[in-house]
Amino acid sequence: MELFDNLALGFSVALSLQNIFYCFVGALLGTLIGVLPGLGPVATIAMLLPLTFGLPPVSALIMLAGIYYGAQYGGSTTAILINLPGESSSVVTAIDGHQMARKGRAGAALATAALGSFFAGSVATLLLALFAPPLANLALQFGPPEYFSLMVLGLIASVTLASGSVVKAIAMIVLGLILGLSGQDIYTGTPRFTFDLPELSDGFDFVALAMGMFGISEIIRNLEDEHQRSLVAAKVKSLMLTKEEFKRIIAPVLRGTALGSFLGILPGGGAMLSSFASYSIEKKLSRHPQEFGRGAIEGVAGPESANNAGAQTSFIPMLTLGIPSNPVMALMIGALIIQGITPGPNVVTEKPDLFWGVIASMWVGNFMLVLLNLPLIGMWVKLLTVPYHVMFPAIIAFCCIGVYSVNNNVFDVYTMALFGLLGYALVKLDCEPAPLLLGFVIGPMLEEYLRRAMLISRGDPTVFVTRPISAVLLLLALAALVVVLLPAVQKGREEAFKE
Amino acid sequence: MKTIINSRDVLSGLLFIALGLLFGWQTQELPMGTAVRMGPGYFPLLLSALLGLLGLIILINGLRFPGEMPSGIAWRALLIITGALVFFGFGVRPLGFLPALGVSVFVSALASRLFTFRTALLNTAVMVVFAWAVFIKGLGLPLPLLGPWLGGY
Repeated sequence: MELFDNLALGFSVALSLQNIFYCFVGALLGTLIGVLPGLGPVATIAMLLPLTFGLPPVSALIMLAGIYYGAQYGGSTTAILINLPGESSSVVTAIDGHQMARKGRAGAALATAALGSFFAGSVATLLLALFAPPLANLALQFGPPEYFSLMVLGLIASVTLASGSVVKAIAMIVLGLILGLSGQDIYTGTPRFTFDLPELSDGFDFVALAMGMFGISEIIRNLEDEHQRSLVAAKVKSLMLTKEEFKRIIAPVLRGTALGSFLGILPGGGAMLSSFASYSIEKKLSRHPQEFGRGAIEGVAGPESANNAGAQTSFIPMLTLGIPSNPVMALMIGALIIQGITPGPNVVTEKPDLFWGVIASMWVGNFMLVLLNLPLIGMWVKLLTVPYHVMFPAIIAFCCIGVYSVNNNVFDVYTMALFGLLGYALVKLDCEPAPLLLGFVIGPMLEEYLRRAMLISRGDPTVFVTRPISAVLLLLALAALVVVLLPAVQKGREEAFKE
Repeated sequence: MKTIINSRDVLSGLLFIALGLLFGWQTQELPMGTAVRMGPGYFPLLLSALLGLLGLIILINGLRFPGEMPSGIAWRALLIITGALVFFGFGVRPLGFLPALGVSVFVSALASRLFTFRTALLNTAVMVVFAWAVFIKGLGLPLPLLGPWLGGY
């Protein structure tokens, strides 16, 4: 079986001492940051990105992936213990998880989250191993027009599944695309959008943009409304589930895993949508729906499995097509590009050690999280008591060091400050920064495929609709756009995201 | 504050239009090329036009519906944190890595309303020692500890 050979290769890479170490460091740092409220996974990864530049590509990606699911996991710990979701995908977990904690079942809720996540992570990893290579093979047959259309579909879909105004989100994508084009034109070397600054001849720095947009502007936003938090963390007694509790979580975990795996593949889906969807399904299917909101264990098991499965399968489009489905994946692609690897279907065949190593490391990482987190719960709780006004200057320091150390360039620090301001202004105007980052990463690729497609077709733009695969992809994008712009759906969407 | 127009939409629409114009104007000096062989200016101009158009749609929508003014802007944090970052950029060469970092950490602590002199000073000291231990000693980043202005090299 080819699959087993590949997985064996993957494990031989992931289980090397060095990579186990980086996986551990990633999972640990991710959990640490996920536990700290007010610092999301995107900001975390952006901040820690420079640390990985010196590593070989496999280790760098393994560490970044570890940070991602560690953050996911840490977020649910705080959600359960102090009703403060560390990040958006654990908002749902807080509802019933915290109620369980108040009834003295904090340990059971944490164990459910851990077991559910581990199970979902393992299944999703297997799905990734099964489906990624055929998908990459399919994508290898795509020509430039298909690629262009696929990217358009990816960008549009990521917007329609997100919250907020669709038109604004598309405008943010376009702005991101433009910013991504800055620097030298690849064909002619002509400087573009450099405003005659020699520092911009390679374009805006990716790390500076991401840190400014997500790190700095997030800090300013958190400082808007400060109040002394008096946190009372629930006591964790026994981590054991009762027999009855264990029976009750089996079905939700299975359903959550299936749902999350599917939604994670869709652009813009990923962890948050999966957890929301899983919660509402569990509530509908439950034999005792009145318990939901009052500490139903299904309300922890389902969403936690779903968000972890979604987080894992969102790697599929990133690794096989080179298309990011969410800002975290955009950062991963940025990391690959900085490492000198062109993301796309070629990664599977040309860098099998990277591809399979990262996949295998996810399983290792998920296992580590279980081992790491349950015994260390006391330490994480202590961290929660660090007040924000003590924490944020340290974050600023890390941003400064991180962004400066990439190129030893002062200009990047100013760029970060500028994007911090821009990011804050845009957030205040109800424009989410995530689509901009997706556009920024995709911009250069989109232009290249457009140019090549037009060259092939001798300047005939109908090539995008006369080639069948390309036409279908564009139609899907159009359909997604029309559907969300319908007034009825728009109302439903608003309500869905309010819940 | 409620307004008869949706100020957030109007403002963001105007911002996108302005950016579209700015970037569009920047493409003027770039060769356009033809549709077959696109020059460096072709796609950027297309995108700038699209950005301006989207901005216009947002603007018009904003004028049609009521909404709220952006509120609760953290001016203090905005100014102080930007200042701290710019100071780091300005100071890291002439003053050196650690002094610039220390000042930036201390200054950014001022952005919080819960600022106290003692915690900020303690925080600064911890960060400077930590940065020295991890980044200079541990990771060996080639950053000058003290700059020429402070008697370094």
